[in-house]
Amino acid sequence: MMAQSFRHALFCGVITLIIAWPILGLKLVAEGTSITVRGADAFTWAAVAVAAVVVFTFQLFRDRLMGRLEVLQALNPLANREPLPDAKRIRLENIGMVLLIAVALVWPFLVSRGSVDLATLVLIYIMLALGLNVVVGLAGLLDLGYVAFYAVGAYTFALLSSYWGVSFWMALPIGALLAALFGLVLGFPVLRLRGDYLAIVTLGFGEIIRILLNNWTSLTGGPNGIGGIPDPTLFGMEFGRRVRGEGNVSFHETFGIPYSSEHKVIFLYLIALVLAVFTALVIRRLMRMPVGRSWEALREDEIAARSLGLSRTGVKLSAFTIGAFFAGFAGTVFASKQGFISPESFVFLESAIILAIVVLGGMGSQLGVILAAIAVTILPELAREFAEYRMLIFGAAMVLMMVWRPQGLLPMRRRHIKLKGV
Amino acid sequence: MHDLLYFCQQLINGLTIGSAYALIAIGYTMVYGIIGMINFAHGEIYMIGAYTALIAITGLAALGIAWLPIVLLVALICAVIVSSSMGWAVERVAYRPVRGRHRLIPLISAIGMSIFLQNYVHLAQGSRNIGFPALIEGGLRLGGDERFQLSISWIQITIFITTFICMSALSLFISRSRLGRACRAVSQDLGMANLLGIDTNRIISATFVIGAALAAVAGLLLGMYYGSVDPLFGFVAGLKAFTAAVLGGIGSIPGAMLGGLILGIAEAMTSGYLSGEYKDVISFSLLILILLFRPTGLLGKPEVEKI
Repeated sequence: MMAQSFRHALFCGVITLIIAWPILGLKLVAEGTSITVRGADAFTWAAVAVAAVVVFTFQLFRDRLMGRLEVLQALNPLANREPLPDAKRIRLENIGMVLLIAVALVWPFLVSRGSVDLATLVLIYIMLALGLNVVVGLAGLLDLGYVAFYAVGAYTFALLSSYWGVSFWMALPIGALLAALFGLVLGFPVLRLRGDYLAIVTLGFGEIIRILLNNWTSLTGGPNGIGGIPDPTLFGMEFGRRVRGEGNVSFHETFGIPYSSEHKVIFLYLIALVLAVFTALVIRRLMRMPVGRSWEALREDEIAARSLGLSRTGVKLSAFTIGAFFAGFAGTVFASKQGFISPESFVFLESAIILAIVVLGGMGSQLGVILAAIAVTILPELAREFAEYRMLIFGAAMVLMMVWRPQGLLPMRRRHIKLKGV
Repeated sequence: MHDLLYFCQQLINGLTIGSAYALIAIGYTMVYGIIGMINFAHGEIYMIGAYTALIAITGLAALGIAWLPIVLLVALICAVIVSSSMGWAVERVAYRPVRGRHRLIPLISAIGMSIFLQNYVHLAQGSRNIGFPALIEGGLRLGGDERFQLSISWIQITIFITTFICMSALSLFISRSRLGRACRAVSQDLGMANLLGIDTNRIISATFVIGAALAAVAGLLLGMYYGSVDPLFGFVAGLKAFTAAVLGGIGSIPGAMLGGLILGIAEAMTSGYLSGEYKDVISFSLLILILLFRPTGLLGKPEVEKI
């Protein structure tokens, strides 16, 4: 037994060396036209060796370590506790949400401009993640091209404003509805596909949209993108130093306060906050309506749900369209915040980040997704030196979550009634 | 006359790319045939194969070894060893613990793995694309005149021959060897094969290793053909190869070859007659259309849903 586990451990250690050493330890360096190979620094070599030794030791004592872990689990007093009563849990959740919103309202007036800008981005990601949560978490449809709908929203606003001078408030519903229309048109044929095929098809769709945006130079400006996207206005009041639109007045003159570029940033933040809260509330309502119930029913058991008379296409399509709608929303806000958009912002990686947020937060759970969106966006900003490892860590976290806790950090709980004494 | 020559040239280009796609597609199709999951990280394994080959080639050049067959052979062996180990490790770490759970869970795990590997190479080797030395230069002139020449380069010939050898070896392996027979048994019925004393875990690992090894071969070949590699090298190629696998009928090995060739030709024709920028659009559209109208592909068997 020992000999066998020793052999296995040795094998695993050697494999670790093989996969780590050439890629990490030997660095390709381009010198003019030729390339050379250089050994990495001593630290990397040491790290590779340590990794191999750790894998070896772990595999050697794996059985014993796993036994210990179970003992640890038994020591955890929270492991087997009774779940909170539903009424109490929902009250706690509501209090949490209200607190979150209250903090979010006061926040921009206390901190620097950069932080407010970042917070706006967080809110955009919250909108996106909540929308994707409907599609992936509730309806169980893995959408890898979600960013396409985001792009549709952003480009709708950018194009409408640059060709016809349409304002933010007009473009917001148009962008969202157009994104929803895209979702409907794409969803109609593809939704009868099985789970993993659907994922690949949506991925292909996302890539097609990006390539079209990149190459349709006459309309979208190609890789150069579209600039000069106007800021939103407050009842016709503009936030710039000078008024751009005809018949508009500027915010600072109306109220007789000195001009500050912070007004605009805070205003955008507040718009994003209102929209994010709106998104959360609408989806929360939908989840408890029959349509939300049928999303979950179809996710849990498609055959059973269909035999009870649910229309598969109708239910899936509603989830897909609603998800796309909120992506369009977020896209419009994003375009307005950046003032400039290009296909660079809508790559597959962006879809992957949003998916990572939903997966980490707990598929289906709103509070979990919101907290995950905040964490995923802010953590790399807090630790700058750590930022380049961001995607590496996301990838690893996605794998680990699926292996250990596929329900997410804050899993969704449904109301249920338990029969006593059965 | 020129039209015909041009067409033949595109055909040769398409067959070259297509046979390399077929090599990558084998990995998707074998894994899908056995455990029914899309190995999303397969494109990254192919990319790692290309990087390892490049590292080996540059290392040999630094050592002063320049005899072409040795260089190619050593690069091939290094790429195959590293990629296969990677394939084995990925299965072990990311897929085995989630096997048999809900369909989306292994897929999300695979996407995570793919992002992880992409960034692993990105952090270790930098994000810029690195030139791949053209080891095999020159070509054969097949016909034409001063205005247009129909030619086939040595590297294209190498790709054809290597693919042919790999595919023949794989077919022999699957149909004749003991392990190959076990593979077929496991893909027909995993539970039954287990009952009959086949170590299914070992067979599944072997499938990943074989797929990864073929992807590494494709990595070396396409690295030389395109002339550069970067960490995103595997993403699009992986998608294309997956398209090829689906086109031919996922789970079927001859289907992967057929699908690869058709996809390669479709792409070459698009870049030859329309525009190179839209060749990705064509292959993704092809993927969507096939999945919609014939999800079983050209040679696949229909999947019966059991209740």
